[in-house]
Amino acid sequence: MFSHDRKRRPLGVALTALAMGAALVLTGCSAGNGGDGGGDEGGDGDNLAITFLPKNLGNPYFDTSNAGGEEAIEEFGGTFAEVGPSEASPTSQVSFIQTAAQQGVGGLVVSANDPEAICDALNEARDAGVKVVTFDSDTNPDCRDLFINQATAEGIAKSQVDLIAEQIGDAGQIAILSASANATNQNAWIELMEEDLAANHPNIELVETVYGDDDDQTSFDKTAALLQTYPELKGIISPTTVGIAAAARYLSTSEYKGKVALTGLGTPNQMREYVEDGTVTSFALWNPADLGYLAAYATKALIEGDITGEEGDSFDAGKLGEYEVGADGVVLLGDPFVFDADNIGDFDF
Amino acid sequence: MTATASQTRAVRTYKAHSQPLWRRLLLTRETSVIALLVIVIAVALAVVPNFDSPLTVTYLLRDVAPILLIALPMTLIIITEEIDLSVASIVGLTSVMTGILTEAGWPFAAAGVTAILVGMVAGAINGFLITVVGLPSLAVTIGTLALFRGIAVGLLGTKAVTEFPEYWTDLAKDNIPGTPIPGIMVPFIVLAIAFGVLLHFTPFGRSLYAIGLNKEAAAFSGVDVGRTKFLLFLMSGTVSGFAGVYFTLLYSNARGDNATGMELSVIAAVLLGGVSIFGGRGALIGVIAGVLLIGTLGSALRLAGVTSDIINVITGVLLVLSVVSASFLAWLRRKRISAIGKKKGRSATSVDAP
Repeated sequence: MFSHDRKRRPLGVALTALAMGAALVLTGCSAGNGGDGGGDEGGDGDNLAITFLPKNLGNPYFDTSNAGGEEAIEEFGGTFAEVGPSEASPTSQVSFIQTAAQQGVGGLVVSANDPEAICDALNEARDAGVKVVTFDSDTNPDCRDLFINQATAEGIAKSQVDLIAEQIGDAGQIAILSASANATNQNAWIELMEEDLAANHPNIELVETVYGDDDDQTSFDKTAALLQTYPELKGIISPTTVGIAAAARYLSTSEYKGKVALTGLGTPNQMREYVEDGTVTSFALWNPADLGYLAAYATKALIEGDITGEEGDSFDAGKLGEYEVGADGVVLLGDPFVFDADNIGDFDF
Repeated sequence: MTATASQTRAVRTYKAHSQPLWRRLLLTRETSVIALLVIVIAVALAVVPNFDSPLTVTYLLRDVAPILLIALPMTLIIITEEIDLSVASIVGLTSVMTGILTEAGWPFAAAGVTAILVGMVAGAINGFLITVVGLPSLAVTIGTLALFRGIAVGLLGTKAVTEFPEYWTDLAKDNIPGTPIPGIMVPFIVLAIAFGVLLHFTPFGRSLYAIGLNKEAAAFSGVDVGRTKFLLFLMSGTVSGFAGVYFTLLYSNARGDNATGMELSVIAAVLLGGVSIFGGRGALIGVIAGVLLIGTLGSALRLAGVTSDIINVITGVLLVLSVVSASFLAWLRRKRISAIGKKKGRSATSVDAP
């Protein structure tokens, strides 16, 4: 009874239409991308096809870093490609790594969403002859050839202390507005800052470290509380992008604007208006464009066999100069980059 | 019922099938999906560089394996006009269980089996709420989607367990010796045959179509609708648990947010494979072709350098087209039948219904 009731749907028309559609889409896309998609660069010479794989696409930070990579690759005449997942989930990068291995690209520059989940895929790609360089966010050291580190904890701590010392005349009370009380990165930096202050800036007194939990409103309220508790306060360091933006927002609308210095780690897009209206003189972060640029040159050096990723290897990185590989295959970009009113217009991330 | 049926058969004047066998076999939605898959593969082989390497087969099958596995019970569930949105959360939960138990020093086999049992319990919770309490599966599994994911993330927090015995991770990743086909295809094919036989060649399977077409009629025909649905959700949870263990091994990674959003990939593939969201229609072979079609298309487009957003757009358009074409053809068919009916009505007096 039921079987006689079931409708059958002859789908000749739809079949043809769908097939045609898919075929058109496929050929159309591959025709449009044939030029840069393939990795085979011909037999002689090294395969300088380098693919950048950020945590996700449509992220201004990675747009900036990949633009730096593209600039470098154009300089040395390689082929630049950028692929990536639409969301930064732990395993979403795997299929792109596999694709790069299938295409036989020369090098892959990755910012890892997860230090472990993409490890096997990266090692399979390396077995297939792809040089793997991580930047911004590392994997386990045994899954990649090199890691381009944007900054060391010491560098980050020192640059912030130097900035605040310069802005308050190397004397007076300061406070720190951090993320959460158990944030590993921030705590390591704060400890180093305290050491640096004690050793090199005896006239600066760190009165309190408060925690805004990387929440905009909490950070805003904590800033207000700090300024009321310590009327003599001359400066605030906020080593977190959420904190510095919230503190700047509070300062810019308060009587303390221009009187209490604020610095820390921030992104140009968040901080632009506060730098332009004079609330903030300068703040630090690394320059993602340089990071991508260096990663591209490091990959080139690996592909051409100039370096193998051993400690002590050195290579040329175009406009950035010579770089040396440190322990565990880590290359350090350098001191954090300082953004101020003069250069903030050059950045968009 | 039986008497009526035999009487009908004795006097009926129409053929058993309105169309010849070849049309019934060839002009189905399943065949069209399979044909489309073949065409996509052929076109990709011809125009996409590097698509013809054996690595493609390995990577493709390995990555779609969890979706293939979960699509099997999902097909049965959607045929009964129900849905299970919690499958990806069960994958996440069982992945976390595998990780926690392995970290606690359990032998991996015991941890894996326990995780699959957790999946089974999760499926039983769904089944209980849907059949015994009588809530709609859409509402129940939206709830358990959040619930199971919440437990998974709560158990492990933001950390991940990444140390698993090499023997097992290799087992999950290795190919069948001498072929580019990953070893996970062996359990998949066993399960696919089991589910195929269950759906298409057993009374239980026939009852699923009956439930999907008309729940009341099925109940009056002697189908225990509640028990049937409970079993389906139990199967779904169990297979999702198995997929969760596999997923953990494949990426050597147990995290609470593993496989987030995978339920939509599974359901999309099932619908593309010709299963009606209104129940009562569909075949397993079409679903398998549907999963492979989405996977192959993605793989080929990635190789051709197409970005992930465009791939999502293409997959989405394909899915919408396939659903629209089904409705459109059904409408065409109704028009044609009614036109034939009118013609017959004009040319001859109506034939008495038996």
